[in-house]
Amino acid sequence: MNVTTSRRPSPLVLEVQSLSKHYQGLRAVDELTFGVRQNELVGLLGPNGAGKTTTINMLLGVLAPSSGSIRIQGVDLAADRSRALERTNFAAVYAPLPGNLTVYENLRVFSLVYGVERAARRIGEVMEELDLEPFRNTRCGVLSSGEQTRVALAKALLNRPRLLLLDEPTASLDPATARDIRAEIRRYATESGVGVLWTSHNMYEVEAVCDRVLFLSRGKILLEGDPKTLPARHGKSTLEELFITVAREPLTLGQGVEA
Amino acid sequence: MKAHRVAAVVLRQVYLFRGSLTRLAPLVMWVTIDIVLWGFITMYFSSISDTSFDLGTVLLGAVLLWSFFGRIMYGISTAFFEDVWSRNFLNFFATPLSTAEYITGLIVTSMATGALALGIMFPLAMGIFGLSYAVYGIMLAPFLLVLLLFGVALGIFAISVVLRLGPAAEWFIWPVPGMLSPFVGVFYPLAVLPAPMQWIGYALPPSYVFEAMRGIVIEGSFPVEALVWSVTLACGYLLAAVAVFGATFRYAVRTGLLARYSAESAA
Repeated sequence: MNVTTSRRPSPLVLEVQSLSKHYQGLRAVDELTFGVRQNELVGLLGPNGAGKTTTINMLLGVLAPSSGSIRIQGVDLAADRSRALERTNFAAVYAPLPGNLTVYENLRVFSLVYGVERAARRIGEVMEELDLEPFRNTRCGVLSSGEQTRVALAKALLNRPRLLLLDEPTASLDPATARDIRAEIRRYATESGVGVLWTSHNMYEVEAVCDRVLFLSRGKILLEGDPKTLPARHGKSTLEELFITVAREPLTLGQGVEA
Repeated sequence: MKAHRVAAVVLRQVYLFRGSLTRLAPLVMWVTIDIVLWGFITMYFSSISDTSFDLGTVLLGAVLLWSFFGRIMYGISTAFFEDVWSRNFLNFFATPLSTAEYITGLIVTSMATGALALGIMFPLAMGIFGLSYAVYGIMLAPFLLVLLLFGVALGIFAISVVLRLGPAAEWFIWPVPGMLSPFVGVFYPLAVLPAPMQWIGYALPPSYVFEAMRGIVIEGSFPVEALVWSVTLACGYLLAAVAVFGATFRYAVRTGLLARYSAESAA
């Protein structure tokens, strides 16, 4: 893994070494090695079935790797799951918070799960940051998709995570709401120093937000680099064009990681 | 184990109960129906029979204890189903929450609902039907302990089945107390059962509770060793259930079952 920077690199908040997941002969994830540093937003890209969500699930401890290791702020996830996940949080389009609790109740429950100190104050802060105060006593199930995404993000920020995993956080949002959410995450990452791993199929979004991208294809990292310069390096004019090539003709890009 | 994480699991259930009368109503309704129905049945039987012992104490006492057992088991499984129904597994298990903390939270929830059920049943049985539990005295404590331990064990085993087979398997769980009741002799001595059913009955801890209840009311005594054995047996079931849940959870994490659990058929 190479992070191009003129300064001394920030410490790693996520270290993934030779991570693999096999299902009855199928290699869903194959020997992934990468890292995410403090203050860094890394895009995890790839076509459907490339292994993105499988990778995220392993990082969240809900899927056991076949081999390899995951360290979050130096804590081995397999050896000390609870301590590693105390420093992590996530939001995913397929994991909305329970619709039968109100916004406040959900945030209160998860503040206890994460052991958030001065929880009432912290809940107030994240609700204000994500403009959720008007929905404080509204059940999550009756909120719009955009509002539910904001609640999921509020939950994801509750414990001031050092590693934030976002699996298509802006999917199903209208462009204006998606832009607000991106700006909020970008602002939070800059201010808090959190490392973010972000999956998305929106290449405009990735280019606007991410410092670095990893292109996955068939469970392997095919390309890695700055989303603004990577397309040109492979003879493509846009990140989307490069994405389509990765999805349809990965062999034309060769194997291995490019910094 | 961190108390605040256990509290999170319990608080979620408290919010659910507080926010919806439809969750509280069945709990109150079923135990009330049990006591009222069996209260009148025992009043009628008492009026037409000439037994030398208090029929009401035997029958209504058994109904009360069996309802308590059912509430404990359903307390565990229903709290778990709430997370199934609201697709909350990923949110809960992608956090520092451990399975031990989660299970402990479910047990605390079921003990609270079980206590609420007792709080409804005791005054009803005593106030309306004049039932006195004084005849059982301090023995009520071990009776309740055995039923609590076995109810928790069965609840944990039930949620292991649902975790392994998928959300649709919840329909296997609802009839379990009804399926067990003929074997444990809630209303009759195990001796009336055919031998194979007796063997099953003796392997189930509640059987000893109901035998002891009848022993106290009808004969004025019961074998204490049998009750001690039933506590031991219930503890064994609880340990086995925890081991089964642990193994099922590890299987679910290894195979990806947990990550994709919201699917209708997770098996």
